[in-house]
Amino acid sequence: MKHLILGNGPTGVIAAETLRKADRHAEIMMVGSEPEPPYSRMAIPYLLEGNIDESGTYLRKADGHFESLQIDNRIGVATAVNAADKVVAFADGSTESYDKLLIATGSHPICPPIPGVDLPHVHTCWTLADARAIAARAGAGTRVVQVGAGFIGCIILEALAKRGVDLTVVELGDRMVPRMMTPKAGAMIKHWVESKGVRVVTEARVERIDASSSQTPSLLETVKGLLGHAQADAPSSVMTVTLSTGERIECDLVIVSAGVRPNIGFLDGSGIAVGLGVLTDRHMQSSVADVYAAGDVAEAPDLFSGTPMVSAIQPNAADQARIAALNMAGKSVPHGGVMAINVLDTLGLISSSFGQWEGVTGGDGVEVADPDSHRYISLQFKDDVLVGATSIGLTQHVGVLRGLIQSQVSLGDWKQALMHDPLRAMDAYLASVQKPGVLHDQTHGHAQAVC
Amino acid sequence: MLKSLYIDPEKCTGCLQCEMACSLENTGIFNPSQSRIKVFSFEDAGRKVPYTCTQCDEAWCMQACPVDAIKLDKHTGAKVVEEETCVGCKVCTISCPFGTINYVAETGKVQKCDLCGGDPACAAACPTEAITFVDANWTGLERMRTWAARANEASL
Ligand SMILES: Cc1cc2nc3c(=O)[nH]c(=O)nc-3n(C[C@H](O)[C@H](O)[C@H](O)COP(=O)(O)OP(=O)(O)OC[C@H]3O[C@@H](n4cnc5c(N)ncnc54)[C@H](O)[C@@H]3O)c2cc1C
Repeated sequence: MKHLILGNGPTGVIAAETLRKADRHAEIMMVGSEPEPPYSRMAIPYLLEGNIDESGTYLRKADGHFESLQIDNRIGVATAVNAADKVVAFADGSTESYDKLLIATGSHPICPPIPGVDLPHVHTCWTLADARAIAARAGAGTRVVQVGAGFIGCIILEALAKRGVDLTVVELGDRMVPRMMTPKAGAMIKHWVESKGVRVVTEARVERIDASSSQTPSLLETVKGLLGHAQADAPSSVMTVTLSTGERIECDLVIVSAGVRPNIGFLDGSGIAVGLGVLTDRHMQSSVADVYAAGDVAEAPDLFSGTPMVSAIQPNAADQARIAALNMAGKSVPHGGVMAINVLDTLGLISSSFGQWEGVTGGDGVEVADPDSHRYISLQFKDDVLVGATSIGLTQHVGVLRGLIQSQVSLGDWKQALMHDPLRAMDAYLASVQKPGVLHDQTHGHAQAVC
Repeated sequence: MLKSLYIDPEKCTGCLQCEMACSLENTGIFNPSQSRIKVFSFEDAGRKVPYTCTQCDEAWCMQACPVDAIKLDKHTGAKVVEEETCVGCKVCTISCPFGTINYVAETGKVQKCDLCGGDPACAAACPTEAITFVDANWTGLERMRTWAARANEASL
């Protein structure tokens, strides 16, 4: 049995390890397209902050980890899949056959069609290579314009602020993290971030980016670069960012964080059904037998309605990788359904959101905000089942919000108690979810998937 | 034979010795707010429910960690946070559906029960045997369910 895994991010690595656990003898090959050892994108902000070095981003830290598990980790760019013959073609002209294939190629950042987006000091923040380019440019006082204040944008905002840059964030929506936070919570985060010295411009679009002086680096910059002192050097070339409001902002570095899209281009003509990502069933199998997908690249049934959903977050990558691998190894294990869960730290303000945090039609909810103490909670229900939650300033036992939503447990009288005091979520959890059999009987719960 | 924490809320008087012992063991000072075991109080029913990680087999926290900072201690079965490796991203705190791994702003890291390396201070400190450290021959889920049944009875 030969398992071929395309992509060696968290999804590829967890799938490979799970496969090895399930089958001691199978051949496992994992192919990634970046030159570094398998690493975790979401550790990049901590690299930019100087908390860790590049090796701190590596998914597995022990030398020889993959060799010891007989996981063949290679570098290559998949360019086509021939599902009929079970062969994958790579950019270097080589091919690789498989018995079972896992597509774990993740996603790529969207580059909006803004004139000037291809200038040298305009970067996305997605790979270690991006991180190096940003680190070389962004030092104390560097003027940075960040395009987009979504989830990833807000995470790197923190890292940039810690580098001491002079930061302006431009967001199309009316608040920060509009796809993860309720209007009130998004506004509270904006207020907090501004009070920490970051300028936030909402309801504005970047119209164009112009180089306002010579793009050739100064002699000093070149020499510093040659000496390896490129970090935080005074940038010589500046740009002007023009907003839809008419405002023009001069800056040294532009970081584009405008969302991501699954890496499915190489599947054109393969017959593998795609929507936004690779469409899968609950067993993470694609429309084609023996071809599976998981992680950022997969579009799998969601927890609530079963409609396909792309979920580009780390915990989802870990969950789906495990389920896909177990099924590839011949164990029929269904995934409980995709559910969005996010946690964010914006300059010390911690926020999180879960599931259908924006609420559902016909449902009801409760929202309590205390802007002065920077605390907020919103719980959303359908009948007496919790379906979504948003919080700011809540760090103790926050995971039970996932537990309550995922187990889809009937809260009974506890719903009224929560409508009255949503901060009693932990009590409601202890009283409702932790009943014998609740985790077990849930046909949609993750817990069932792992029994 | 692995041992695990066995909690019987019926026997808990809410004296909070466990929280004191846990914080002392792990932070060097008596500070229940830093305890990894927490006693929940159901005022109306006058019931107390000690609650901490069951070291579940699914290990949602360990699976979700992006930097491999949570390790399985093979001797105790505990899932242990390696402080030097943890970057404080908090993804584990929202992944654990039991809410038993938490972020600590003061350290910038997460913390959870690690069974004190095989000699849990909470169990040693509990005067009523509401918390005991016993042979674990059940799976994580069964353990959770049995304990949960008790937690539930206690909270009614
Ligand atoms: C700065 C930043 C911060 C983040 N913070 C968080 C956070 O706080 N919380 C959270 O939940 N998520 C966060 N994320 C998202 C998280 O990193 C992703 O959800 C996760 O990496 C998905 O894992 P994956 O393995 O599916 O995809 P990826 O990590 O993208 O890995 C895909 C792999 O496939 C390879 N590949 C791509 N195309 C091909 C090809 N054609 N052939 C071969 N290999 C290919 C790539 O090289 C890569 O190795 C963050 C991301 C970034 C960039």
